Amino acid sequence: MKEADVQQEPSYLGAPYGLASWLLTKDHKRIAILYLISITIFFAIGGSFAAMIRAELVTPQGDFLTADLYNKVFTLHGVVMIFFFLIPSIPATLGNFFMPIMIGAKDLAFPRINLLSWYIYVVGATLTLAAVIMGGVDTGWTFYTPYSSISSTTNVTTAALGVFITGFSSILTGFNFIVTVHRMRAPGMTWFRMPLFVWANYATSLVMILGTPVIAITVLLIAAERALHLGVFDPRIGGDPVLFQHLFWFYSHPAVYIMILPGMGVISELVANVSRKQIFGYSFVAFSSLAIAIIGFLVWGHHMFVTGQSIYAGLVFSIITMLVAVPSAVKTFNWTATMYKGAVVWDSPLFWVLGFMGLFLIGGLTGLFLGAMGLDIHLHDTYFVVAHFHYIMVGGGVMAFLGGLHFYWPKMTGRMYSEPLAKVASMLVFFGFNLTFFPQFIVGYMGMPRRYHSYPAEFQVFNVLSTAGATVLGAGYLMILLYLVYSIVKGPKAPMNPWGATGLEWKIQSPPITHNFHETPVVTEEAYDYLHAPAPTREVTHHE
Amino acid sequence: MSNSTSPVSVAKPHPKLQSHFFSMDQQLEASTLGMWVFLVTEVMFFGGLFMAYIVYRHMYPHAWVEASAELNWKLGGLNTGVLICSSITMALAVRAAMIGNRTQQLINIALTSILGATFLVVKFFEYKAKFEHHLVPGPHFDPSLEQGMQIFFSLYFVMTGIHALHMVIGLGIMAYIFIQAWKGTYNAEYFAPVEVSGLYWHFVDIVWIFLFPLLYLLGAHGA
Ligand SMILES: [Cu+2]
Repeated sequence: MKEADVQQEPSYLGAPYGLASWLLTKDHKRIAILYLISITIFFAIGGSFAAMIRAELVTPQGDFLTADLYNKVFTLHGVVMIFFFLIPSIPATLGNFFMPIMIGAKDLAFPRINLLSWYIYVVGATLTLAAVIMGGVDTGWTFYTPYSSISSTTNVTTAALGVFITGFSSILTGFNFIVTVHRMRAPGMTWFRMPLFVWANYATSLVMILGTPVIAITVLLIAAERALHLGVFDPRIGGDPVLFQHLFWFYSHPAVYIMILPGMGVISELVANVSRKQIFGYSFVAFSSLAIAIIGFLVWGHHMFVTGQSIYAGLVFSIITMLVAVPSAVKTFNWTATMYKGAVVWDSPLFWVLGFMGLFLIGGLTGLFLGAMGLDIHLHDTYFVVAHFHYIMVGGGVMAFLGGLHFYWPKMTGRMYSEPLAKVASMLVFFGFNLTFFPQFIVGYMGMPRRYHSYPAEFQVFNVLSTAGATVLGAGYLMILLYLVYSIVKGPKAPMNPWGATGLEWKIQSPPITHNFHETPVVTEEAYDYLHAPAPTREVTHHE
Repeated sequence: MSNSTSPVSVAKPHPKLQSHFFSMDQQLEASTLGMWVFLVTEVMFFGGLFMAYIVYRHMYPHAWVEASAELNWKLGGLNTGVLICSSITMALAVRAAMIGNRTQQLINIALTSILGATFLVVKFFEYKAKFEHHLVPGPHFDPSLEQGMQIFFSLYFVMTGIHALHMVIGLGIMAYIFIQAWKGTYNAEYFAPVEVSGLYWHFVDIVWIFLFPLLYLLGAHGA
């Protein structure tokens, strides 16, 4: 497919052909594509559950779904979106593809384990889908005991085992990244020359290897309690269900950083590129990733202010929650300072950057509302919480994922998509998202609780707005899928460096060869040396 | 970076050098670091269980002592000794691989496996006794026992069960490196698999070193 090129070696996509060569590949780039296809499927599944939720909530009566079915639908929406889309989204796709290239390595340290992680993901995903087909789960994605361990008659064991198994795919990805960053850097690639995307993935990997094992053992205990009567959280024999919540949130709060830190890494790359400037305060941005990863492990109790946890514990968790906002703010200020007096280019990456910054800012600030203990008593378990975490995980996480996907698409596929369409889609997503979730802040503040299929009539206007927004948002996502797939078939060929970006990944052909580099690169410059960056070469490709 | 040898200067790469590494040194360092990182995840995995143990021991101090007295500390102690011996033979196996001594490798890997298997056999008889004494949580658990004791036994079975599962995996690894050692795969240039298997084996032993006193040695044992 690259006859026009002078390169003798075919790209990773073409060498060799055949389904078996993909399913048995050890190439990090191909594994990234396998992950990309899998998570897209799960995004669609999770999205259709969301569509059912929004359809139900158009009217105050529970008329479209029964209460039981509604419980299952929101549970599966959460389980699928969190464990099968958001957690692997950026690390397993963009991280897998670009992290080794960015540090000048031929592959991750353990290519076979990388492939294994994808297969583990597939097995876990299949088990969870089996739970769906067998009739679903209704515990909420949080699997709270004792409901999950004793009362629920749905397929909790199967779903819990699915989540347990998928956890190991995440552990293996994190493990592989950490060893790769430590041991696989090219000559001259010092720690402080690494792109911030690599730092962000490194910090994410720390969270993955420290947090995921704890959720793994916790959901395993639920499965053991249901299947083998090994009761650990069972109040009938003196067990403490709140212990489950502690163990669960010990992972699940840091899991938010698994979803958002890689996104922050993507945004750092994009901000430098659209501003055509070195990132302001590079080392602050790098260390803030580590700070978020570490402090993030000390705040889990803010999910438990109303569980009867000691008020002093609550106070401490509340204060540390405020603290964890500091490194996030450091990043946001540094990105803004990078853009300030930068030669900002009106390319589609800018749209994703601005979208991310706006949504992440709202999500982060409302997180402070919820971290404040007194206010949380009022807001706990309302739509305010739902809106807050969607602003972070979808507004922040998915926006960054899409931004990164668009930015790196030419490198991954060797094709260009339509710039105008990308700009339109990014705005559709931005406005659709705000229309969906901003009303939920208001209706949540007014007291609408989450997780019910019916609600008092005075909340209807907000829910109709929300559903209308979700429709626009869905159309935006669908549009992206269509023009990206179209670009693979009909898009113009991408040059080596369409955005005029810095970094090793832009100095190799698009798409890269299997071993990434013809010769091991020797790094002599800092990251984001935009003073010496080449000009964007996108226009040249149009008369291909 | 440790890869001082440039890829060009190496005349003929070692047959066991994977193509994405520069040198055998880099490959060994990656494997070793990889195993350490993996062990960190294992610590966190067992950490969740130890956390539950701490909470409930604090909640039910008396029941914990009562339940611990039901365990056979002599068998547990025997198994502790067995595992310590197996760690010694494992360390000797790694040493033998590093100097390329095939006979010593085979003997020590075999001894390690036999000791590991002994541990599992003893564990089997301990489990069997618990079934007979109605100490397995669930509907057959002795209802006359104090509140909290059932949780102790739940944790006992989960913790020692997962530990035993690690032992079984360890025996599988031993079988693999035994076959490789038989073929003479390991020598001074290439011994990473034996080294990382050794790290794993020692880790599983250390977990037991914590489990034994925490589960078996609470309070004064009667007879
Ligand atoms: Cu949290």
